[in-house]
Amino acid sequence: MRQTIVRNVSDLPTYGFGPRSGPWWGAMGFMALEGMGFAVAIGAYLYLYAVNPTWPIGAPPPDLWPGTAATVLYLLSIIPNQYTNRVAHRQDLAKTRICLIMMALIGIALLVLRGFEFAHLNTRWDNSAYGSIVWLILGLHTAHLATDLGDTVVLAVLMFTRHAKPRRFSDVTDNVFYWNFVVLAWLPLYVLLDWVPRL
Amino acid sequence: MSTAAEERNLRDDVLNGFQLTRQLERVWRTPSGFLGALMSVDHKVVGRRYILTAFVFLLLGGILAALMRIQLAGPEKTFLSADKYNQIFTMHGSTMMFLFAVPVMEAFAVYLVPLMVGTRNIAFPRLNAFSYWMFLFGGAFLWLSFLLNVGPDVGWFSYVPLSNLQFSPSKRTDVWAQMITFTEVAALAVAVEIVVTVFKQRAPGMTLDRIPLFVWAMLVTAFLVMFAMPSVMVASTSLILDRLVNTRFYDSSSGGHPLLWQHLFWFFGHPEVYIIFIPGTGMVSAILATFARRPVVGYPIVILSLIATGLLSFGLWVHHMFVTGLPQLGAGLFTASSMLIAVPSGLQIFCWLATLWDGRPIYRTPLLFVIGFIVIFVLGGLSGVMVASVPIDTQVHDTYFVVAHFHYVLIGGAVFPLVGAVYYWFPKIAGRMLSERLGQWNFWLAFISFNVAFFPMHFLGLIGMPRRVYTYTADMDWAHLNLVSSVGSFLFALSFALLLVNVIYSLRRGELAGDNPWNASTLEWATSSPPPPQNFDRIPVVKHRDPLWADSEILPVAAGLSADRREVLVTSLAEAEPQIREASPEPSIWPLLTAIATAIFFIGSIFTPWAVLWGTPPIAVALIGWFWPTGSKEDES
Repeated sequence: MRQTIVRNVSDLPTYGFGPRSGPWWGAMGFMALEGMGFAVAIGAYLYLYAVNPTWPIGAPPPDLWPGTAATVLYLLSIIPNQYTNRVAHRQDLAKTRICLIMMALIGIALLVLRGFEFAHLNTRWDNSAYGSIVWLILGLHTAHLATDLGDTVVLAVLMFTRHAKPRRFSDVTDNVFYWNFVVLAWLPLYVLLDWVPRL
Repeated sequence: MSTAAEERNLRDDVLNGFQLTRQLERVWRTPSGFLGALMSVDHKVVGRRYILTAFVFLLLGGILAALMRIQLAGPEKTFLSADKYNQIFTMHGSTMMFLFAVPVMEAFAVYLVPLMVGTRNIAFPRLNAFSYWMFLFGGAFLWLSFLLNVGPDVGWFSYVPLSNLQFSPSKRTDVWAQMITFTEVAALAVAVEIVVTVFKQRAPGMTLDRIPLFVWAMLVTAFLVMFAMPSVMVASTSLILDRLVNTRFYDSSSGGHPLLWQHLFWFFGHPEVYIIFIPGTGMVSAILATFARRPVVGYPIVILSLIATGLLSFGLWVHHMFVTGLPQLGAGLFTASSMLIAVPSGLQIFCWLATLWDGRPIYRTPLLFVIGFIVIFVLGGLSGVMVASVPIDTQVHDTYFVVAHFHYVLIGGAVFPLVGAVYYWFPKIAGRMLSERLGQWNFWLAFISFNVAFFPMHFLGLIGMPRRVYTYTADMDWAHLNLVSSVGSFLFALSFALLLVNVIYSLRRGELAGDNPWNASTLEWATSSPPPPQNFDRIPVVKHRDPLWADSEILPVAAGLSADRREVLVTSLAEAEPQIREASPEPSIWPLLTAIATAIFFIGSIFTPWAVLWGTPPIAVALIGWFWPTGSKEDES
């Protein structure tokens, strides 16, 4: 077919932030399907809760302090996370570097705290169906925590190399976005794991 | 200005004609050689591989079906042992569902959606390559296991407690569960790519109400995949954990529950049917419009029906569990929702009939398969409405009536449109037409033999033949109908042999297709056949729902994208207004290496839980290699 040029797009930028960019929607897609994974796991927990006359089965509820401490830390982490978002939008390389290091440290702290959470679940995965589902749910969230930590560390290192080009700031904001998801996903899990067994 | 700087600024608005085509081909082509082939991120190359691999699995699954039909052709045959038969029906179902039906539909989307929305490559092309390798490794793993006599033998839905360690102590069930993980990872990756491609890479002007119906169908399917497949991943993971590290999800003595498995499986398993069927409807709409010579009647009705079907498909899963003892309210609710989903499917069928009625139909092979689809699918839908009712379902549950029903729905609803789609899009993919004469033979043989093979199964079910039995005695009076069914199935297999012959013959001798051999209306026909690596020399600008019918001579295009690095045009979600010239990743070996590392992790974890520890670092390294910038023009923009 013959072509006729009816518009020119050469003035458009080569990267963008948020819903303008493709990778943001990719992150959104993965959050949707991973969120569905959490929802299904929660559904499985509630199903087992409904069909069993006693809950938790053969174990006391988890100790409250590790989960509660983690929840507080997750909620507080939103502040530096949003600050990271702001400096990345401004393309402030120096501050973005510091923020990424800080977010990596927070991730490491939460991962250590996660170890305590497992240790204070007061049940093993092979004790009962209750033990199995709490280990599965906590494990699922840990996979997300560890993945985001890995991503944050790699991005932090990247921003110290010659590859710290403007479009990388868009990657940083997507990482910020994903961290919010990790936090948001945790909140119902905290209620489920730490409080539902106390009902 | 230096030459390097000039080259950096090379855009498609300063080049023209042959010069532009050559330059873009140089930038977008897959590197040559074997290593180059392994690095390809071109959606057409990956899509072709995906289609071909899925059809190889169709062939393998079909051979298993033939073996079963030999065994059942008469009473008390000893062609297959009971154990072999168990493996074969499990492998047949698992192969057809997980390695053929879902992947082949996604494969067509991978090939066609970027062309139909007018972009140069799919979103996240490396993820796309990774997805293919995962699919290939998962399928190969299942089949190699089968050949080593470790093929799963507990049915394609692998019910507990049969699939618990206690009753299935070998590795067979673990193989099944990990194959699920492989294929679901692959399917989920493609789903995200399709969503982002449709949302953000449509040609300028392709507003939501100008998206081709096939693309709409694949978009809805992608969402179904995203919300259904996590459930089966939770299911297969918990099953394998029960078997490997003694978790108690399905152990009723420790608070576990076998029905949890059925809920998790069918919450995925029912939408799965629509994941297979909805793409089929998209193919039907595309083919019908072209051969009826008019747009499909009721474009908005068809789209709303697709979305309604997608939503309703999540509210039906319990109808697979009617005989597990449901509260009456539950049975009533799921009966109602199961009947309700016939409404949007019915609406679509009326739209298609109206299109044929009002059009000037040309009865070429693709249209014949579409008409075959309508007849067979309606029959399957009728038996579907029957089994949606609890009393009937209780009577025919686990009998050949159900086998007849779902083969009518799945082969009628998906395979007939698919074969039609092969005839329709083969000229685009291969550049040559398939033989029309062989095509007509192919259709009539397939249509008649399908009914000979599967219609008697309704009666077999009604007179009490259960599914999944490896033989039966002569006094059951099932022999004649089974023999008819077996003869039909062999003729049906022959129709696929005709398709294969047609493809092989036409690849060499077929008539040259040209850009738009069917005089169709959508954008994939606006480029050459097969399309060049860059798909389009310039990105089309869409002003009409059927752009090539609105103006068959002149294609309005947008200029200004880079001609010396891979760049795609990103547009806004609703209006498709240009927003960004975004870099598109160049070929890379890392997706393959990541898939190999992931395969080692998945397969290793069947044998030792420690694989989760030692298997993770290689994946992390491969992923860093994948995402780490190489200093290419695409990375440094």
